[in-house]
Amino acid sequence: MKAERINQYYFHDVNTAPGKLGRRSFLKNLGGGIFVVFALGGYGCKPRKEGDIPEFNAYLRVREDGQIDCLSGKIEMGQGANTSIPQVLAEELEVAINQVNMIMGDTELSPHDDGTWGSMTTRFHDPIIRMAAAEAREVLILLASEEMKLPVSQLKALNGKIVDKNDEENSLTYAELTKGKKIIRSVTEKPVLKKPGEFKIIGKSQLRTDSLPKVTGKALYSADIHLPGQLYARILRPPAHGAKLVSSDTSAAIAMNGVRVIQDNDLIVVLHTSFEKAEEALKMINAKWEIPPSKADNETIFGYLVKNASESNILYHGGNMDAGKKEAAFLFENEYHDGYKAHATIETHTATALFEKGKLTMWASSQTPFGTRQEVAEKLGLAKENVHLKQIFLGGGFGGKIYNRQATEAARIAKLVEGTPIQLMWSRQEEFMYDMFRPAAVMKLHSGITKEGKINFWDFNIYCAGDRGTQLFYEVPNHKTTTWDKSDLHPFGTGAWRAPGNYSTTFARESQIDIMAHKIGMDPLEFRLQNMKEGRALNSLRLAADKFGWTKTKQPVGIGRGIAVGEDAGTLVTVIAEVEVDKTSGKVKVRRVVVGQDMGQVINPEGVIIQAEGCVNMGLGYTLTEDVVFNWGEVKSSNFSDYQIPLFSMIPEIIETSLADAMDQPPQGGGEPAIICMGAAVANAIFEACGARLFRMPFTPERILNALK
Amino acid sequence: MEEKTKFELNGKEVEVLVDKNQTLLWTLRTNFNLTGTKYGCGEGYCGSCTVLMDNEPVRSCGIAMTEVNGKKVFTIEGLEKDGQLHPVQKAFIAHDALQCGFCTPGMIMNAVGLLMKNPEPSRQEIIDGMEDNLCRCGAHTRIIRAIETASVEMKGGSQS
Ligand code: FES
Ligand code: FES
Repeated sequence: MKAERINQYYFHDVNTAPGKLGRRSFLKNLGGGIFVVFALGGYGCKPRKEGDIPEFNAYLRVREDGQIDCLSGKIEMGQGANTSIPQVLAEELEVAINQVNMIMGDTELSPHDDGTWGSMTTRFHDPIIRMAAAEAREVLILLASEEMKLPVSQLKALNGKIVDKNDEENSLTYAELTKGKKIIRSVTEKPVLKKPGEFKIIGKSQLRTDSLPKVTGKALYSADIHLPGQLYARILRPPAHGAKLVSSDTSAAIAMNGVRVIQDNDLIVVLHTSFEKAEEALKMINAKWEIPPSKADNETIFGYLVKNASESNILYHGGNMDAGKKEAAFLFENEYHDGYKAHATIETHTATALFEKGKLTMWASSQTPFGTRQEVAEKLGLAKENVHLKQIFLGGGFGGKIYNRQATEAARIAKLVEGTPIQLMWSRQEEFMYDMFRPAAVMKLHSGITKEGKINFWDFNIYCAGDRGTQLFYEVPNHKTTTWDKSDLHPFGTGAWRAPGNYSTTFARESQIDIMAHKIGMDPLEFRLQNMKEGRALNSLRLAADKFGWTKTKQPVGIGRGIAVGEDAGTLVTVIAEVEVDKTSGKVKVRRVVVGQDMGQVINPEGVIIQAEGCVNMGLGYTLTEDVVFNWGEVKSSNFSDYQIPLFSMIPEIIETSLADAMDQPPQGGGEPAIICMGAAVANAIFEACGARLFRMPFTPERILNALK
Repeated sequence: MEEKTKFELNGKEVEVLVDKNQTLLWTLRTNFNLTGTKYGCGEGYCGSCTVLMDNEPVRSCGIAMTEVNGKKVFTIEGLEKDGQLHPVQKAFIAHDALQCGFCTPGMIMNAVGLLMKNPEPSRQEIIDGMEDNLCRCGAHTRIIRAIETASVEMKGGSQS
């Protein structure tokens, strides 16, 4: 899938499932068992014409030995899908979770999938998997009914068997029922699903299923593939984005023992059996570059964006803005800034590839294996079928690994050295250069309240942060939300970062709410409660406030608490942070964070808590320390020494998560919501602690000291 | 210049002929196919390449093979004893102290080294000891808990 389409999905409408795509007929080549095919993103899975295999993008199989295979185009990057998917499957099929084998993201074995992003898996994948499992259960019951000569109504599934309800000893195992059969079914009608009250596995905490290989070093990531004769590839990179190669001299590199240098138009590659030798040779290349003039740097970028963003889009509009403004007792006009952030996954972009006999085989750290296949096939002029992306673990993704530049580079190199396997692992510096950064953004907010503290006017202009999660859950009679953007506005590639744009807009909105509350001396919780409609946002706020034990009491000197509410991926979330600020150094320590989440049905409560903790801990980075330093196309942040991601000493001692009891509601996303609130919650807490109001993330000691002046 | 280096790797005497400036990280990964030791930054900032050298946690991306001569090196692959996971490995599993798992080998090796020196660390001592190991998934909270649990279990003297 093209980057634009991904961005379109990712920044905007993540509340609709992606369409089902393509039809695969590989079932023919598979062995026996009961197959249930299904489509992610839709309940129907109908054949195009009578008797045809229906369109599908996932399937499960009850194997002849009674084990269950689930083949899915999703990938595992730490989010825990390889635990939550088996959980829902095991629930409906009445098997143990360890009887389920997950096969993920292999383009030959798994059916097509758009990619793993946007908190889609739990919301759109799991419900379908449950239905498929329920369908398989019905097939097994039918088979048992024939063999046991008992009516279907007298049978049920229990612990990997179909049993006689009147005499549970009278039973047949799934293996016995499946032996020698090949049955293909699709989920065409909604099968009967278990009711929440009947759940044995869904809603119960489950340890990760992939910990053992990960704690023993056996889990394989893309750089861990070693093929005989494999060479490490290093690419000559420009000093800045947009730089043009004027001249290059590779003779010194070529003279080095064992080095192979290949050149294909703009691509200059050094290959060696040793990564470090290849690196050394790369440094021997004498290249001259022409760097385009700078238009902005990390300080001036905000003005540049506002000036140059042109295409505007009114998202929401209601009431009468002029009247609202006139009637307001107090008006507030503020501008909020957020700089570029890197994904900075500890695993850099990597691909190991072999091109042989017209076919490319590849292991790539990619959140979109099928998109990668498509792109690589197009670039190399191959048929899709001749590109095979294999299943592999990812060392983190967060939206950064959906663009696959390293995969197309590796494919190109592999084709140039046909027959020799190559590995392209980006160095940390390359990772900082070619990351598709989370875009810098500007938010202009003009709002007003009545004397009683009712918001009656809200004019929100968003530059470069998209519209994800911007629908107002406060009751405001006169409001307007406008987004501004333009393609190719940024000095380098930008893209989706865990809950795109939502961290920037939430920072602005929730800071503004706080500012308004403080202006009239109202408690920020009370202010929110009185301005919010009844609903899931309010639920999450109450959950968090209760758990936190919010009171109106004045806090000790240097201690402050801050609230932020947000919506992402169908989940309503409130974060309350407690911080300590040292007024002389400007240093902030976040001591405690409470997350309240209304996210519908919860499959794996512990998994949800882990994701919430991950959001809090990761979120502290963009809030307190992370900022990409650059001068236009020259990215100056090049390693963790000049781009500080969260450290053990930064994380809060206490993180608590409180979930709404909504087992009868559809499940919603859990991997992203809490992170959007971290900036605003901490900003508001800093204000309560020391009176410094911050309008730009991250909140460095210097900025805090400046705000105190 | 290629040179012979002899050292003990996960309890076995080994010998390898590589450039003397080649780092331990790439020797482990390329020459021994021990890929549990990860490259994260190559410059000593992230800790994902941490191994034990003479019981000291070190960053293998910054250690030249000349320095490894005669040393005892332990990697994540060598932590199991008689088919038994090390208490730190067990505790990581029990606490779900990982997500993507990429930082995990380095975290575990650093924690093992920490507990060798200080078998009963306080929470603050764990934080200080783990400070320079980076995790992007935000598993810190559980990593601290796992190390606390492992410390308690190891007090029984089951394994060092
Ligand atoms: S790879 Fe050695 S410290 Fe990062
Ligand atoms: S678990 Fe992913 S980096 Fe630590």
